[in-house]
Amino acid sequence: MATFTLRVNGAAHQVKADPSTPLIFVLRNQLGLTGPKLGCGLEQCGACAVLVDGKPELSCVRAVSEFEDQDITTAEGLSESHADIQQAFIDAGAAQCGYCIPGIVTATAGLFNQTKTPTKAQITEALHGHLCRCGSHLRVLKAIDRLVQEGAADAN
Amino acid sequence: MPINPSLKGHPGLDEWLSVTSDGHIVITSGKVDIGQRISTSLAVIAAEELDVDLSRIDFIRTETGLSPDEGVTSGSNSMEQSGEAVRLATATARGRLLALAAEALEVDESTLEIDDGLIQSRETNRSMTYWDLQGDKPFDIDIDLNAKIKSPDTYRLVGKPVDARGIKDIVGGTMVYVHDMKMPGLLHARVVRPPHYKATLNSVDDGAMHRAVDAGTKVVRDGSFLAVAHADEYAALTAAKRLNVAADWHTGPGLDGRNIFDQLTSNKRLSMPLENGVPVETPVPDAPAIPGNAAVTLQARFERPYHMHGSIAPSAAMALFEDGALTVWTHSQGVYVLRASMAGALGMIEEKLTIKHMPGSGCYGHNGADDVALDAALVARALPGTPIMLKWTRDDEHAWEPYSSAMVMNVGGSLDADGNVIAWSHETYSDTHVMRPRPGAGDTGPSRLLASWFLEKPFPPMTPPPNMQAHGGVHRNLDPLYTFANKHLVKHLVRNLPLRTSAMRTLGGYANVFAIESFMDELAEAGGLDPLEFRLRNLDDERAKAVLVAMSKKLNATVLPGGRGRGIGFARYKNEKTYAAVGVELSVNDAAEIQLHRAVVAADAGQVVDPDGLAAQMEGGLIQAASWTLMEEVQFDPDGITSRDWDSYPILRFDNIPEVEVVLMDRPGDPYLGAGEAVSGPTAGAIANAIRSATGQRLRSLPFTPDAIRDAALKST
Repeated sequence: MATFTLRVNGAAHQVKADPSTPLIFVLRNQLGLTGPKLGCGLEQCGACAVLVDGKPELSCVRAVSEFEDQDITTAEGLSESHADIQQAFIDAGAAQCGYCIPGIVTATAGLFNQTKTPTKAQITEALHGHLCRCGSHLRVLKAIDRLVQEGAADAN
Repeated sequence: MPINPSLKGHPGLDEWLSVTSDGHIVITSGKVDIGQRISTSLAVIAAEELDVDLSRIDFIRTETGLSPDEGVTSGSNSMEQSGEAVRLATATARGRLLALAAEALEVDESTLEIDDGLIQSRETNRSMTYWDLQGDKPFDIDIDLNAKIKSPDTYRLVGKPVDARGIKDIVGGTMVYVHDMKMPGLLHARVVRPPHYKATLNSVDDGAMHRAVDAGTKVVRDGSFLAVAHADEYAALTAAKRLNVAADWHTGPGLDGRNIFDQLTSNKRLSMPLENGVPVETPVPDAPAIPGNAAVTLQARFERPYHMHGSIAPSAAMALFEDGALTVWTHSQGVYVLRASMAGALGMIEEKLTIKHMPGSGCYGHNGADDVALDAALVARALPGTPIMLKWTRDDEHAWEPYSSAMVMNVGGSLDADGNVIAWSHETYSDTHVMRPRPGAGDTGPSRLLASWFLEKPFPPMTPPPNMQAHGGVHRNLDPLYTFANKHLVKHLVRNLPLRTSAMRTLGGYANVFAIESFMDELAEAGGLDPLEFRLRNLDDERAKAVLVAMSKKLNATVLPGGRGRGIGFARYKNEKTYAAVGVELSVNDAAEIQLHRAVVAADAGQVVDPDGLAAQMEGGLIQAASWTLMEEVQFDPDGITSRDWDSYPILRFDNIPEVEVVLMDRPGDPYLGAGEAVSGPTAGAIANAIRSATGQRLRSLPFTPDAIRDAALKST
């Protein structure tokens, strides 16, 4: 066991954990967050995605010890910083069961942190690691299209 | 019309709804929301009939003893059963509330108007609310099966777009799935799995056991069922991995690894002819001779491998055993049938079990949800008073869920010189599609749950009886809606196949429709007929024709770009639910990968309640079926399942999602028709036909991977 300081959704937390514990277990079980979902534990499905210093990272394999002194944002935290993305998903009906959606919203936030007007290729690349079994892909792409249009309008 | 099975056992209005004094209508349904938006539809129906704002509708989570027993949330039955039940319940409540108000206000009922639960008479300025009249009080009346329901031309909510219930919590990451539940003193548990179905546990290395226990791990063993529990989830996961290495399994000869399609057509089997979609217990007649006036006769064999549900969340359950009673929180589709099977497996009486539904990830049928509930219960029973959260791993879900059976479809047909179908034969070979939990003694109930096979006193896997219902499992949609004379239809329920199977979205209907719709195009082509015209001339159901025409019009509204092909497919699910026609436009790239460009769905689901949710089912069903069709095959060898993660069992990703246009043919006032499984089969047929159109290749063996495309191209040169 070791003690770590994690900055999550803008607040600092002291946590005790075996240093090899994957970040997701600390976020979910010690900090009570439900945004990061356990889907595979193999970095294959994207359900556990969080933002680390604004960029999407998977939390189901990499150890908590690697995330000290970095800004971690979960889907819960995106409600503050990226409410427009969440609203676009709601308006597009971009969820069925929804288990993959916090991860996909997180990947979308990471993409829009880079550029407000991503290309189709950039969108596909950003979402490539995210699996959805219900088939909400179209609605997700529709939500992102709207965000791109808004981003383009803002730039003009 | 037969009485709604949901109301038959639960005729009392109080079983379905209550009015609270703080202004809410609380609905109790036995059907659970698994992402298909049934709760949104039920809320719309209730708010419509009661004339209240949608925000006033609440739900009680489905729970044994509390909710009406509506069987399993499956078979595209929820709108027809629970939707209709809630409509009649709310219409009955409305009638009752109006009568009470008329009495209290001393006015004639015909003078009353309702606005968001406020009942006002046009003749006086006095009013009363639902909450005044009925808040927190029982109705004590039965649901009126002839209750006056609203006329569609007065609908405010039905048929209008609404947000899905809970979507704000989903996108914000705050929705609580069973996986997210917490209780004081909770232990996280994992199962230590055998290599395959038939392995038994010899021993576990003593040293490893001691080290686990010293590290605070609880180890639970019952025969060959081995599980660990620990307060720290990662420690539980790690302990399970270590014990997996330390466990010595007797593996025996393992699984039969011979070609599955050979096994399907050569194993012992139970064969029955079909009449009007129903299996008949008579000897299978010989296939009819080719008619003398046949101008075209074709035969083709279609193959479909094992497919998995592939839920994004591995299954999970929480269980607490206290004072001889067990409470389980589960994402099962059927809390009552699960309780029955679990009670049998645990040797408990049903009254000591409470099964509470919680959201899970999409299941698309009988996945690991029920099995994990028994796993959690076994651990909880060994550790009384301790809440147990047992989660399957990705490996567990991929390798142990009950798959959708591999299938072989032999189809034949003849046309006369005028292009009329004068003979049609279709024989399907498949394992069972129905092994969900259910009541029953001995091995008939308990053995439907995985862990029961591995207990000290095991319930050996059962040999399932044939499903004799119309359009049951193997023979779902085997009898086509087309008006062919002279049909030879046979279901073969095949025994002793290697993998565990049960219900997955559309059951046998996916592969049967894939075969029928592929073969329709083959016949049309051989007879020089247009695929759409050929279908239309063999249908006498106007609603069926209407979806085909609407789909085709939209599909062909654009010019087909060079290098692309288009194909169509059609079915009415179970010949009694939603009508769906699907059109697909695709091309094959240099890597022999199929690129999906466009798809069009036209669907007639009767009266549309939640159009956005219905469209989502069409889109999602199409994308999932496209994934099965293009990419998916469960692989195995004698040592066990080898499709154990998303690399070894890939599914469709964001880079191959077509644009999908959905046309909903609303039928105001008509009965609701279940829609969740409507497009699976037509999608597979449309893709196969579009590949033929784009490449000249006729593929009959799923999935249509680049290897399959290349093989077909090589064979044709």
